[in-house]
Amino acid sequence: MVDITIRKRPRAEAVITQRKFFKKTARGKIIKVLRERYLRDDVSCGVLSCTECSGEAVLSLDAHLQHKLFPSGHFILPDTNVFLSQMDLVESEMFTTPMVLLQTVIEEVRHRSLPLYNRLKALIKTEGKRIWVFYNEYRMETAIVRGEGETPNDRNDRGIRKATAWYSTHISSTHRQNRPAVILLTEDAANRRKAEAEGITTISLRRYVEGMINATQLLDLLAAAGSDEIEPTKAVEGRQALYPDYLPTSTLLAGVKAGDLHQGHFNADQYNYLEGSVSVQTFSKPILLVGREHMNRAVQGDVVAVEVFDETEWMAPADEVVDQDATLKNDDADDSGEEEEAVVDAESKAVSTSPSSNKQPTGRIVGVIKRNWRAYVCHIDSTSLTSSNSTSLSLQTVFATPVSRLLPRIRLRTRQAPTLIGQKILVTIDRWGNTSRYPEGHFVRALGKVESKEAEQESLLLEFEVPYRPFGKAILDCLPPEGDNWVVPPKADGNLAWRDREDLRNLLICSIDPPGCQDIDDALHARALPNGNIEAGVHIADVSYFVHPDTPMDSEAASRGTTVYLVDKRIDMLPALLGTNLCSLRPHVERLAFSAIWELTPDADIVNVRFTKSVIASKAAFTYEEAQIRKDDPNLRDPLTASIRLLNSLALKLKAKRMAAGALNLASPEVKIHLDSSESSDPIDVEQKEMRETNSLVEEFMLLANVSVARKIQESFPATAVLRRHLPPPKTNFEKLQDILKKRKGMVLDISSSGSLAASLDRCIDASQPTFNTLVRIMATRCMLSAEYFCSGSVGRDTFGHYGLASEIYTHFTSPIRRYADVLAHRQLAAAIGYSPLHASLHSKHHVERVLDVANRRHRMAQMAGRASVEFYVGLALKGRGEKQGVKEEAFVIRTFRNGVGVFVSKLGIEGLVMFKRDTQFDPDNYTITVPSSTKGLGDVMISVFDKVVVNIEVEKDRNTQRGKVKMSLIEPVDSRAL
Amino acid sequence: MSSRIEILNEGGFRSDGRRQYELRDITIDMSQQGTADGSAIITHGLTQVLVSVFGPREAKMRSQTLYDRANINVEVSIASFSTGERRKRSRGDKRILEMAATIKSTFEPVVQTNLYPRSQIDIFVQVLQQDGGLLQACINATMLALASAGISLLDFVSAVTGGVHSTSPMLDLTALEENDIPHVTVAVMPRTGKVTLITMETRLHVDRFEEIFKLACEAGKVIHGEMRAAIRLRTGMLISAMQSVSQNAGEKEDEQMYEY
Ligand SMILES: [Zn+2]
Repeated sequence: MVDITIRKRPRAEAVITQRKFFKKTARGKIIKVLRERYLRDDVSCGVLSCTECSGEAVLSLDAHLQHKLFPSGHFILPDTNVFLSQMDLVESEMFTTPMVLLQTVIEEVRHRSLPLYNRLKALIKTEGKRIWVFYNEYRMETAIVRGEGETPNDRNDRGIRKATAWYSTHISSTHRQNRPAVILLTEDAANRRKAEAEGITTISLRRYVEGMINATQLLDLLAAAGSDEIEPTKAVEGRQALYPDYLPTSTLLAGVKAGDLHQGHFNADQYNYLEGSVSVQTFSKPILLVGREHMNRAVQGDVVAVEVFDETEWMAPADEVVDQDATLKNDDADDSGEEEEAVVDAESKAVSTSPSSNKQPTGRIVGVIKRNWRAYVCHIDSTSLTSSNSTSLSLQTVFATPVSRLLPRIRLRTRQAPTLIGQKILVTIDRWGNTSRYPEGHFVRALGKVESKEAEQESLLLEFEVPYRPFGKAILDCLPPEGDNWVVPPKADGNLAWRDREDLRNLLICSIDPPGCQDIDDALHARALPNGNIEAGVHIADVSYFVHPDTPMDSEAASRGTTVYLVDKRIDMLPALLGTNLCSLRPHVERLAFSAIWELTPDADIVNVRFTKSVIASKAAFTYEEAQIRKDDPNLRDPLTASIRLLNSLALKLKAKRMAAGALNLASPEVKIHLDSSESSDPIDVEQKEMRETNSLVEEFMLLANVSVARKIQESFPATAVLRRHLPPPKTNFEKLQDILKKRKGMVLDISSSGSLAASLDRCIDASQPTFNTLVRIMATRCMLSAEYFCSGSVGRDTFGHYGLASEIYTHFTSPIRRYADVLAHRQLAAAIGYSPLHASLHSKHHVERVLDVANRRHRMAQMAGRASVEFYVGLALKGRGEKQGVKEEAFVIRTFRNGVGVFVSKLGIEGLVMFKRDTQFDPDNYTITVPSSTKGLGDVMISVFDKVVVNIEVEKDRNTQRGKVKMSLIEPVDSRAL
Repeated sequence: MSSRIEILNEGGFRSDGRRQYELRDITIDMSQQGTADGSAIITHGLTQVLVSVFGPREAKMRSQTLYDRANINVEVSIASFSTGERRKRSRGDKRILEMAATIKSTFEPVVQTNLYPRSQIDIFVQVLQQDGGLLQACINATMLALASAGISLLDFVSAVTGGVHSTSPMLDLTALEENDIPHVTVAVMPRTGKVTLITMETRLHVDRFEEIFKLACEAGKVIHGEMRAAIRLRTGMLISAMQSVSQNAGEKEDEQMYEY
């Protein structure tokens, strides 16, 4: 039994052991809060060989540090600002000084920025970093109380100084010799002066790094904010402001509350860097922001406050493509404070849009409520270098161009500029002052040579924030110790694995998947029942048997949220042992499963359904093609084939029912990349994915299982069931597509319900263009909202529906190996059938909401990463195929601009832009442009949305940024290269 | 994020500096309060409760008189200044009535009511300050007040709260902790090891429950030790004060005190 004790809190010390403060409640009431604090003398200092403190210790004297200023060994104690502004530096593998991290510092970081706090927490656990968390607020000698009139900031600074002083005395009383120095790192000059007066060794981070042996590399990681050691210089003061100042936060929040201002996420426009928008609830259309000044230093994803102009000043989005690389190519990185006339000119021209009918709310950003800056993958713009001498170590200011078109160029100072040319690098933004046209940032690390697969792959993962580190030891320790040799234990009484499990090993179960599938998480069976009905079963890998709540493996899976599939790499949500072996329902081996078994009438009406944990032994693993061939071969009469035919006949009826209920048949341009071989991974071809009847067979049964499970868990846990929904799209989303269809094709899109939309999409047929219907479906898909996970108790019952599937309830149950939401659904279903009690966290709405928020975000990011990976390989494939001239492909116009057209190449599943050098006759209301024919004497040619054209596609490397770009030019009906 | 305070941090400290199994400071004041036959003020951290016991005395109301044993009557009042948010709770408040009923049912099997037929024992519980563990403080203070009134009890009773943060059990919760994690209050009779009360308003996993239950029983013994020491101290003081008056009376009281 553990030792239970009573802690004494002497009343005489109440001044520092009690804390009284006033707090405002959500309802606006002021309440008094009294809290206790127990001060102790057993909070360990963490120094190895300390004679006084017991327990774990990580701070060791390091002889290899070789710091110029502290040759005899030392520990550092950074203050809060070091972590707030210099996290990249501290995270660097080269920064290995043993470090004391104070509780006061951790709490301040947590208070100031949650993302940084999370990084700090990860940092503490990083192997090789010797970081000791010292709970100074609980130690008798170091705890302090805020004095009267003292600001929280000053109080914390004083606490940090006190802890530093304590460390010094503590070490000198516990160490006879080899006494390490404890150095307070702070960027605050005033704090340093105070510390020095108290006899504490202190130094700025910059000076500390300068004394380190790897100073050159580390100094680059120092964020810009750290560079002005002294005071802000005159140079900055002298500059004129390029952007309006932000309003104070309190004004912003009050404005948002009062409805004068609007809060939302800033979205940059991918075609025009001088435009952005913010979607807010008040308006059905997003608020348009035109021009640099009105976008006022917002970066993609920031939460901003917007002021909307009077309706007379509303504008329509520009109908022109404005590329920042082209417009700003002559801008000098060193003194962007000076407005160059050429730039201003070019920009003002780009901004002045023609009045058009599509006006939408227009406004300007008056403040940023929350920055969402992260590390961005960039290239160094070679023209911004003043010296490209590869051995030059002089400090240069250069431009980094982010890979994403949605981000502005970032100005950074580095000594390694020449060596970074031609590399993909990671850059973070540190600040964006109103005298600087560009944000300022710093170099984090190099990812590798541009177009090397490793660098491209890693940059893709970073760009979409996919966690891709290998699984750590703590996680792998959660796996069964037998590893690959694990088998379902023999069926015997009292064997835990068999508890309450049905033995379904004799059923004729098989799996149907794409070729080469390693993580088989579903298998099926069907058989005729004596009463004329049919029994059908879906068997899903029993992942929750291996992944228990509250284990390191579970938390890792929750934070990864999903497996990410790139063309040549899979980033697993769960360790491969589970995904590709123990939980993979391979043929001819016994596996644990969670089964949903229905009795269906021959017309596919559900008579009943039951769920059970089971043991299965799949009889075969088919590819879609194999299953299809088997089904269609009249000579085959074996029971397995019969069961596939049975499943197929049911699937056809299930699908017909869904369609009758108004389900949408949406199209997404899915292409498949053929890789040469697994080693070289050079793409040799791109083809569109083929859909077979058997694809649909599997899909129908998965949908059926998901719907049935959703009903069951919602019934059992109405407050916290993990469900998935697809909200109906707002009508305004379709306005443009409806208008285009009406004007160009005379077709009508009825969006009053999903059923009518499905029906009208079916009618969008152009006999002369067989792919036209697919194109409309793709465009319609883009008008919809995306499906999302949600906690059933958090939203109204009437908003549960899945619009696309036309189902009143839905969840994800069928892929627990690769989706975390499914793992939760499994746990809830297991509890619903009384197999095991539900873990406390799944009773908590708050917890479920939080986990699903992460899952939604990861899901979205994974999709984008997958798409970007396909795009990259399509580019490589084009390069491989096209030699010099590029590749000619058929394409459809999907958008018209004043100076170009947006096209979609269905065969490759990619979108591109064709730009014209000279202006055209542009009719925005009819979505047409008119250009002179390239053949003399043929007059003008009109191009409109939905037109079929031929484009030439080549991959061109931007000379300056090394950014690989797909460049498209029109071949038919006119040759745009001549324009 | 609802709360930015960590319930249990990675260093194993709770938000007030305690570790998982550390109980808050306990102070006990058993000095005479007004005309009560027995009274006690107990403080668990920042939760403070005063209990006054009157009786056993003749039952005032016929209807409540039990011919073979004493009737226990519990009234709870919560001072409006006891929480930061001033809020007046009427006597008829459902929560207050429920708490009174809980205290009553906790002590009914412990008080030797059959020794006092046709009488009543009135227990007035006043909550002076609240910071979690309210029921625990009420029960412990009632125990002490009953003892100081010299009422015969079968065994001692001591109560404690316990909760589970993720998978880590912890004892003697503050209001902040109670708001965040599932918790139980357990009252045990340390000598016999019997449990006279267990309440739970939040859901708790079965496996976790067993763990926290065992811990709470252990913690009850620790609190028992503290309360016994306070009673001894009080008795000692009474003895020395009474010695001049009557030695016998002192001894008798002493005997009774040690019965629990
Ligand atoms: Zn020590």
